[in-house]
Order: sequence, then structure tokens, then C-alpha cells
Amino acid sequence: MIYILQNYWQALLYSDGYNMTGVAMTLWLLVTACVIGFFMAIPLAIARNARNPLIWFPVWLYTFIFRGTPLYVQLLIIYTGFYSLDFVRNTAPLNEFFRQGINCTILAFGLNTGAYTTEIFAGAIRETAFGEIDAARSLGMSQFKLYQRIIIPGALRRALPVYSNEVILMLHATTLAFTATVPDILKVAKDAYSATYNPFASFSIAAVLYLCISFGLIYAFRRAEQHFLAFLKP
Amino acid sequence: MLMLNGYGPQILAGTVTTVELSVLSLLVSFFIGLVGASAKLSKGRVVSAIATIYTTIVRGVPDLVLMLLIFYSLQIWLNSLTDYLGNVQSYVDIEQINLDPFTSGVITLGFIYGAYFTETFRGAFLAVPRGQLEAARSFGMRPAQVFRRILFPQMMRFALPGLANNWQVILKATALVSLIGLTDVVKASQNAGEGTFRTFYFMSLAGLVYLALTTISNGVLFLLERRFSVGVRKAVL
Repeated sequence: MIYILQNYWQALLYSDGYNMTGVAMTLWLLVTACVIGFFMAIPLAIARNARNPLIWFPVWLYTFIFRGTPLYVQLLIIYTGFYSLDFVRNTAPLNEFFRQGINCTILAFGLNTGAYTTEIFAGAIRETAFGEIDAARSLGMSQFKLYQRIIIPGALRRALPVYSNEVILMLHATTLAFTATVPDILKVAKDAYSATYNPFASFSIAAVLYLCISFGLIYAFRRAEQHFLAFLKP
Repeated sequence: MLMLNGYGPQILAGTVTTVELSVLSLLVSFFIGLVGASAKLSKGRVVSAIATIYTTIVRGVPDLVLMLLIFYSLQIWLNSLTDYLGNVQSYVDIEQINLDPFTSGVITLGFIYGAYFTETFRGAFLAVPRGQLEAARSFGMRPAQVFRRILFPQMMRFALPGLANNWQVILKATALVSLIGLTDVVKASQNAGEGTFRTFYFMSLAGLVYLALTTISNGVLFLLERRFSVGVRKAVL
């Protein structure tokens, strides 16, 4: 264990000398995926609650597909599947994009967490008290103002506890990145295992790192809940 | 209609493996969850502390990391155990126990999702009104009878949404077991894709299999929910 720590601490934390690896890579994957998912989810959640079936049905289909299949399968489709199609290889920008593991990983993770986040936000929007909307309408707010000032802020607040769960699950899901050759914590741990044949030490170090990140996230979200949901305190 | 290039039987066998793996892992984690929830709610400090450490660590570490950790370490531990036993009792010939990916998959998935089930069941146990349990005891039921007749049937109703969620997560987590060498539906489709250079087609097929499985289980869970909510009045607005 000491040997692994001495030789791999740098790679486990931020860099192997050439590329960003380890904790830095895992956090980068987590943040980009969650940012993509978050900003996708807000308009999609509004569309999910639309009355017109032409609007809500495609969104429902998207969340159904991405929540009904494992992330690993989605990653394989995007990483190895798309690249096996001729038109992807023959179109220069697509070829450039899908050739790199990190792009495919971030795309797959973003789409996946976007689907879950959409359902979370859509549920929160559905729970908006009708009194709030009536009050906003009676004050003469337009549909856009209604969403901007009343529905979205309230829904995001209500969604916070569930959303924090989703972010932690996303952290757990980033471990799949090593299958697309992205050097995250688990990839470095796997390299350490291949070099030392000491699975317990290598993977426990990774487990402890992930545990620390999980606890950090839980703490941050608890603080956020105290801040944003302070008005709900008994 | 389906162009499977002769890979049909393998993908079908992989699907069966996936379903078997999920169901067995569900049973193991269900059992661990019941034990864990009882431990966490018990008055014994040590027992509840152990259960709390278990759920905290397992739910804080990614399932894939735990899976690799347990899969690779378990074999080494078993080897040293059989070595040790062989040295102590040299007249007994103890053979090496080999863990296949399926067994270790069931053990690891059961161990991991047992922690999630522990939390689900803990909440559900607490949701059953205490007065009913006291009433059952005052009728002279033994603790086992109270559990079987009063606590378990009602607890299941409260646990069902969480249980449904956990089942979906387990079903999708079985895809990870292909990373430790099990030929499940993902691995079979991967092989087919590499053999025919039609990876996109075969991986989408694997996705469709999972989609079908999750849709079917949604239907079954709907029926179960109706079964366990017999006699519950819903508020009608």
C-alpha cells in the first residue's frame, strides 16, 4: 500500500505528468456532465409538462430510453457504436469528436444525467401549488415571467434534496469512464493494480478517495439546503 | 427480419444470464437489507454501529470500485484461506475454490445493494405505527408472529416504491458485471458487434433488451403495488 501511495499519489490526485488524471479528472467529468444535464433539464422539464403531446412525447421518449438502459450500454453505443458507422467516420467533425474517449464520455454522462434531472425537475414543477400560479397570474405576469419568477425558482428549491442524490449517483457513474480510456481515479487504481497485483490496496485507495468526494458533496448539498430551504425550517 | 448473423442464441443466453443475475442479486440484497434494517434499529449499540458503518461506506463508494475490489480480492483471500487450512490439516486435501464471475457478481451486487435495501427497509419499518405492534404483542403473539403477520405485510407497502427503484438500479448495474468477465447481454452484444463490424446495431439491441426488461418490471411492480395496497384508502381530491 505504501508503495502504491508513493508511486501513484500524483496520478491519483491530479496529473500523471502529461494529462489531467485521478481526482481532478473525476471532478471534471462530474462537473461538466452535471452542468450539461442541468441546463438541458430545465427547458426539457418544462416541455415534459406541456399539454401538447407533440411536445411532451419526445421528451418522455428521451427520458424513458436513457433511464431504462444502463449507462454502460449508452457509453458503449456512443463510444464504440457511433464510430463503427461509416458516415461518422467519413464526416470530418464527427470523426474528430467521436475519436476521443473523453468527448464520448462527457456526451454520454451529460445525456444520462440530463434524463434523470429532467424527470426530477418535471416532478418538482408538477408539485407547484396552484395558488402560487393563480397569484402570479392575478398580478398580470406573462407566461415567461411566471416561469422565470415563480415556477422555476420554486421547483429547483423543492428538487434540491432529490437532485443531490442524483449528483452523488453521477459521481458513482463516472467510474465507467475508464472503459473509454479516460484516466479517472479508477483507471489509475487499475494501473496500480496491474503493476503490483495488489487488488485490495489499489482499489481501497480509490474507494477512500471516492468516499471523501461523496462526503464533500453531501456536506456541500446540506449547506445548500440550509441556505435555499431555510424558509421550510420548523 | 432481425439480422443477427448467427449471434441470436448467444445474445439470448446473455439475456437469460442478466435476468438470473439480477434476480439472485435482488434476493441476496433483500435478505441483507432485512437483516441490516433490523440491526440498524436494534437496541444493541455495536450491532447498529456496524450496520451504520456498512451502509455509509457502501453507499458512498461507487459500485464499480467495490465490484472490482471484491472480485479481485475475494479470490486472493479464498486462496490464502484454503492454503492456511491445507497447512493446518495437512491430511485433508482442500482444493482451491475458484470463484466464477457469476457467483462473485451475485455476491458483490447483493452486498452493495443490501446497503440500499437496508435504508429502504429501515424507513419502511419506522413507517408502521407502533401501536399496532404493541397491540399484536398484547394479543400474545410471539415476536416472529408479529413480524410475519403485522410488520412485514405493512412494511412492504411502504418499502415498495424504494424497492422498485432498487430493482431497476440492480437490473442496470448488472451491465457492469461484464467488466469482470461475465458473458451477459452486454458482453454478448459486444462480441457480436466486434465479429460483424456492426457495433452500433448490436449495442442498440442490448439497449432494447434492457428497455424491454425495465418496462416489463414496471408493469409487474404496478400489479404488486396494487396487491400490497389492498384496503388502503386513497385521498380523492
